Formats: sequence, C-alpha cells, structure tokens
Amino acid sequence: MTDVAPSPAAARRGGSAFWRRFARNRAAVVGLAILGVVVLLAALAPFLYPEDPFTLAGPPLTPPLQEGFLLGSDTLGRDIASGMAHGARTSLMIGLVATAVAVAVGAVMGGVAGYYGGWVDDTLMRLTEVFQTIPSFIFAILLVAILSPSILNVIIAIAVVSWPPLARLVRGEFISLRNREFVQANVLMGMPDWRIILIQILPNCLSPIIVAGSLLVATAILIESALAFLGLGDPNVMSWGFQVGAGRSVLRRAWWICTFPGLAIMLTVLAINLVGEGMNDALNPRLRERSA
Amino acid sequence: MSAPILDVRGLSIALPGGADRAHAVSRLDLALHAGEITCVVGESGSGKSLTARAVMGLLPPQVRATEGTIMFEGRDLLSLPPEERRLLRGDRMAMIFQEPMTALNPLMTVGRQIEEVLLVHSDLGAAERRDRILALLDEVQLPDPGRVVAAFPHELSGGQRQRAMIAMSLILDPKILVADEPTTALDVTTQAQILRLIRQLQDRHQAGVMFITHDFGVVAEIADHIAVMQNGLLVESGPAAQVLGDPQADYTRALIAAVPSLTPRAARAGGGRRILDVSGLGKIYRSGGGLFSKPTETHAARDVSFSLARGETLGIVGESGSGKSTVARCLVRLLKPDSGRIDLDGIDVAGLGKRALRPHRRRVQMVFQDPFASLNPRRRVREILAEGPITQGKPPEEAHARSAELLELVGLEPRVADRFPHEFSGGQRQRIGLARALALEPEVLVADEPVSALDVSVQAQVLELMDEIRVRLGLSVVFITHDLRVAAQVCDRIAVMQRGLIVEQGATAEVFADPQHAYTRELFASIPGRDWTPPETARAAAAR
Repeated sequence: MTDVAPSPAAARRGGSAFWRRFARNRAAVVGLAILGVVVLLAALAPFLYPEDPFTLAGPPLTPPLQEGFLLGSDTLGRDIASGMAHGARTSLMIGLVATAVAVAVGAVMGGVAGYYGGWVDDTLMRLTEVFQTIPSFIFAILLVAILSPSILNVIIAIAVVSWPPLARLVRGEFISLRNREFVQANVLMGMPDWRIILIQILPNCLSPIIVAGSLLVATAILIESALAFLGLGDPNVMSWGFQVGAGRSVLRRAWWICTFPGLAIMLTVLAINLVGEGMNDALNPRLRERSA
Repeated sequence: MSAPILDVRGLSIALPGGADRAHAVSRLDLALHAGEITCVVGESGSGKSLTARAVMGLLPPQVRATEGTIMFEGRDLLSLPPEERRLLRGDRMAMIFQEPMTALNPLMTVGRQIEEVLLVHSDLGAAERRDRILALLDEVQLPDPGRVVAAFPHELSGGQRQRAMIAMSLILDPKILVADEPTTALDVTTQAQILRLIRQLQDRHQAGVMFITHDFGVVAEIADHIAVMQNGLLVESGPAAQVLGDPQADYTRALIAAVPSLTPRAARAGGGRRILDVSGLGKIYRSGGGLFSKPTETHAARDVSFSLARGETLGIVGESGSGKSTVARCLVRLLKPDSGRIDLDGIDVAGLGKRALRPHRRRVQMVFQDPFASLNPRRRVREILAEGPITQGKPPEEAHARSAELLELVGLEPRVADRFPHEFSGGQRQRIGLARALALEPEVLVADEPVSALDVSVQAQVLELMDEIRVRLGLSVVFITHDLRVAAQVCDRIAVMQRGLIVEQGATAEVFADPQHAYTRELFASIPGRDWTPPETARAAAAR
C-alpha cells in the first residue's frame, strides 16, 4: 500500500545536485576560481617560463614591470614571476602527495582501530596520541633536519605530522558504522575483515574524509612554505616559501620579493579552505540545514 | 452530543517543494470532544503526526498549514499570533511524545522539568508547586514520588519516564491532550499500564485526547472515536465500535484485515530431524570497569536450551532486555557464547574460532530488523546479493545470474538489481535483506524482529512471503519477536524469554490456550485489543 519505491530519477540527479549545493556557497565558488587559476599557472609554467627559475635573468632588485620583469627580480636577479609559476607546481604537488599519503595512513590506522576495537584500538590510539602531543611544525622541522632536505623528505615529514587527526576521524566513523546490520550481514557471509573494512565500510565514510583531506592540502602547503622559508626546503626546487625567505632581508628596500609569493600562499590556502567548506556543505547537506 | 472542544475543519498542510507530494494533509475534518479519546490511525506517511503538530503549533520550519481552521475555545488557532499560542501550550493543551528519553531534558531533574511548566504558566509559591508535583506524580502511579522528583531522566525506566511525561502534560489540567504514539517505544506490559493510565486520567480530568497510533490493537483498547488517515486524506471516521466492527472504507478494511489474529495457526505436522540443538547457552556482558574496578556483569542469556526440527518455525518472544536478540546473535555466531553448545547438525559451532567457523557460516543466515541499516547504502542491489556467494567461492558470473532469480523469489522485478538501496521502500528493502540471506542457501534462518519496523499492511505481505519461501525451500526458522500477534501467526512452537531465561516453551497453540508461567500470562494479558476480534476473522470463523 505504502510500499512504493521513490522515483529512480532522484538518483540520476545526484551529480548536478552536488554542484547545486556546492554553488549555493558563493565563497566556495570564488575559492574554486582562485584555485583554478593556480592550477592553470602550475600547468602552464614550463611554457610561460621555459627557463630554470633559478637562472639569473637580469639585474637584481628590479621593481615590477621594469626591464621585462612582470613582478620584478630578487636579490640575485632571478625572475619572481617565473619562480611563482614554478613554485605553484611545487606547492600543489607537495600538498596533494603529502595529503594522499596522510589520508591513506590515517584511513588504515583509523579503520583498523575502529573496526577491531579493544586492545588494537587502544594501541593504535595511544600511538596517534604520541604523534599528536608533539607540536606538528616543530616535529616536521626535526624530521627534515634529520632526513636531509629533499622533496621526498619534505613530503614524508608533512605526511607524518598530518595523519593523526584523520585517523581519529575515520575511527569515529568506523565505530558508528561497524555495528550497522549490513556489516553484520557481511560477517555472516564469511567475508574477510579486510574486505569489510575497505569495500563495505570505507566508502560510507568518504564524505568526511574528502572534506578533511581538502583542508589538509591547505595545511600541507603552509607547512611546506614554512619549511622552505626556514631554508629546509629542497635547495634545487623553487617554492613560494623559499622566495619569501630569500626576500626577507631586503623587505624594506624591495617589497615585491616577499609580497607576491606571500600573497600567492595566502590566496591558495584561503581558496582551498573555501572549497573544503563548500564541499562540506555539499556532502553533508543536513548539517547545514541544521545550522541554518 | 456536546459541541466539540477542538474542531479541525478543512485543514491542509503544505510540504516544501521537492517532497513526494504537495500536501501532507489535505482538507481534513476532525473533532475532539471533552472526555473522549479520538484515535487517529494511519500508516507511516499518512500525515497523522503532522496533524497533531499543527494542532499544537509545532510544525517544522518549512511546513505550513495553508487552508482550514482549528477552532479551540472560540478562537482559530491557525490565525493566533505566536505569543498567544505559546500561552495556550502547556496550559490549555499539552502533548505526550513517542520517545520519553529524548522528550525530557537529560540535564534536569524530573521535578524541575515539571516545575518549569508551573513557573511559566502560574504564580504559585515554591511549596505549593512542590505539593502539586508530588500529588501528580502520585496520580500517575509513580512509586516513591519523592525520589522521582529528584531523579534525572536516565535514572528512570522507559515506562516511568513516560509516566513523568504524562504528569508534566497534565499538571495544569489541559483541555486537550495530544499523544503522538506514546506507547510505541514501550514494552507490551508497560504499554498496557500506560494505556490504562491515560484512560483513567482522561476520565478524571475530562480532557479531550487526540491519540495518534498505527496499531489497531491499541485503538481497540482505548478509542471512543476513530479517524483513519491515508496519504493525508481522512478515509473514514466514526465511533470506535462502528469503525472496528463494520468498517466502510476499503482501506480501513484492508488495515484491519492486516492485523494478525491472536488465534494461533494450525500446527503443522512436525517431528522432522533436528537441525539445531541448543543447550545451556549463556552469555554475559561486561561493561565499565578499569584497571582497579570490577566490571558490572549482565547475564543476557542464562542456560538457554531449545531445539529446532527441520522445516519448523520456533518463535522466541520476550520484551526488550529479555535476551532474545542476544540468543539470535549467538546462534548466527555474531557473538561468542560464554557457555553451552550450539549443535548444528551434529557440529558444535559455539566454540569455533573465526577460521573454523567460515565453512559453516553459510548454513545459518540472518534477516535483520532495521530495513534502513541492514543494506549497505553504497552498494547496488546486485552486488549486495552476489557478494555472499562470491565470498563462499562461487564464480562471480554465476552469483550475479542467481541474484536475478533471488529477486524474483522475493517478489521484486529482476530489473531493479542495478538500483541502490535508498531507492526502495522499507518493505522492499526487507525483501532484499531476505534475498541476501537466501543467496547463501542456508538451512536455518534466524529472523530478528524482521517486520517490527514495517507498517501493518506491508508487515502482512512480508510475513506471507517468508512463510511461502520457508515451505518452498524447506527452511527451519528461528523467529525473534516482541509481538505476540505475529508469533501466533508464524510460529509452530514458541519460547518465552524473561531476563535471560526461557520461562516457558511449547507448541504455540498450547501456550496460547493455557500459559503456565506467571510472566507468560502477564504478557498475554497485556496484548492491546486482545478482546477484540477483527470482523474479517470473526466472519471467517463463523463460516468454518
């Protein structure tokens, strides 16, 4: 009688519904636009500035829009615009790879802890607490200092300090999902635990993981910039933080050296945060209605 | 007849855009008389709860009453300013909610919450307020009112909380009492007490009660007037005896026919080989406790023994906390029992480890209670049905081909296999859950309250389907339920559980005809509407 299925059209609208809810948050759309520009810049860097950004392109400390420098040159005469284009590649790459590693480690740790509970949970959570008690930036400095500064080590350092919050998030989701009846039905089928964890439960907590992951990218970019600023970045790779660090001693004589890369960091991090916020609204619509 | 104290005329309630229909309720007429209980009956989605909320002025933000009037004491409630409606609420009209745990503030003592009503609506002194609260708690038959006043909601049982809730709603002698499924979350024995209490109080206070329910047993127990709703429309209304005894609308007739009869089914010729033999099963839950404190122990099952013959259906009935679900979960080995044996065709599966158990998993499968939690929302129906056989080593193509057959077996079209669970209604999901269990070709099916989350009409269909499949596949079934009406229709034998013990077991007809244990007798006495025989079955019995 009331046993009627809702129309299947509701499911087909899924994709556009996501976009509609995302677009309802104007700030998120602006963030997405900024992020798009940064990605475009990174993609076009080898065509716009085919030369190595470390080459000396002209006289040092040239102000913007002079001598063919769009954004001026730094203390050694390197083109700042070229450095920013190549730095965008570094920032995005490190942000994404470090986040991917952190999400993978966090999901596995949190998933195993949440699914098994008991002493497994206790052990893994004490372990994450060990990581969480050390201030993350100082820990990252320590790791890079020990491992020697290279792109790979910077990524490892950032991933190592970023996974604990994700592990906690995933663990919480798993604890609420593992007692659902569908998981029990899978147990009764004799399904191995790893399949239940990865194929049955994990897809059900993707939304919060995606949101947390997107915000993690912003944090990763900040940490990378800060490391490079302190001279702990890869010396062979151009990065925004390195540019700011290189210009800080002449901040009052040549404002442009620090300003443009600094703005780039700020805008990119802001944009990613806005997009993350928008995704949160789009993926957890009920949360938003409640607060509205 | 006197003029109604509440008169709802032509009420329409509009749903926000994007809902499955434009109006939750359309053109509803309903009257409430002093000293009478009007039951509003309907299945989920019939608009009965929104009607109650419209009367109280508690409609959710995007839902509005667009048409009609609700006359109360000469004024139209719908056109009153919010401030004046607020003054009416609690004072002249009150509401009892379904779930007393969430309806009470967990951070306030019960006494303080009742006092709140008096503080808002009266200017009584502190001593007077306290006297009044104590007198009322006594009136709702709460033991030791002095203790209850100082208790927090979590310190009371479900029934006690509902009594406190009723006391709170009655404190100012309201003219109208709206009760939205007030006994649905309670056990049968508690439900019987609460229904009796509402009846007594309503008699004494001469209030008009609007009682929302989906359960015709409860209706038969308590109603003076009945209004039947379907999809937002009033399909029938009239005095209780008339609607129950001689329903006019087809929908009402169908609803009443779907109520399972209390006359047990004829016992089938049993005596097949035993497939399951449970003896001395025990399970203890330990909670709390740390390094230095002892954990508290709860005996969820104690020395539970029964056996199940091939092709037989055994019902395990009991109230919440009786341990029936624990027994079910031990049988399918989601839980490891602390003691006892579970002999499955000669193999004791009670103590087997994970690996040793795997080959036997297939033989005992489970149908779950909650149709919304029992299917993985991210998997298509085809995958849900195929993953069991694949896990057990069947080639994927074969498993997928078989899922189409399974869907047909449970009365769904094979083409729905590519849909996701959220595209199905509760009853359909329960069919899919049944198909998933059958995919593994089990010998024993453990059904844990498989129909308690469904509407009556859907419930009847699912029960019928289960019975049909049981016969066709020669399944043996352990059927867990709290509903004795369902048990009477489904089970060959029943076992009654209370606090972890089986207090009585035997053939269904014998137990129903002559219950031996005091608790069983109390359970039977508590079945709502036990004296009422639905007209269809009465006619059928007369014809026989």
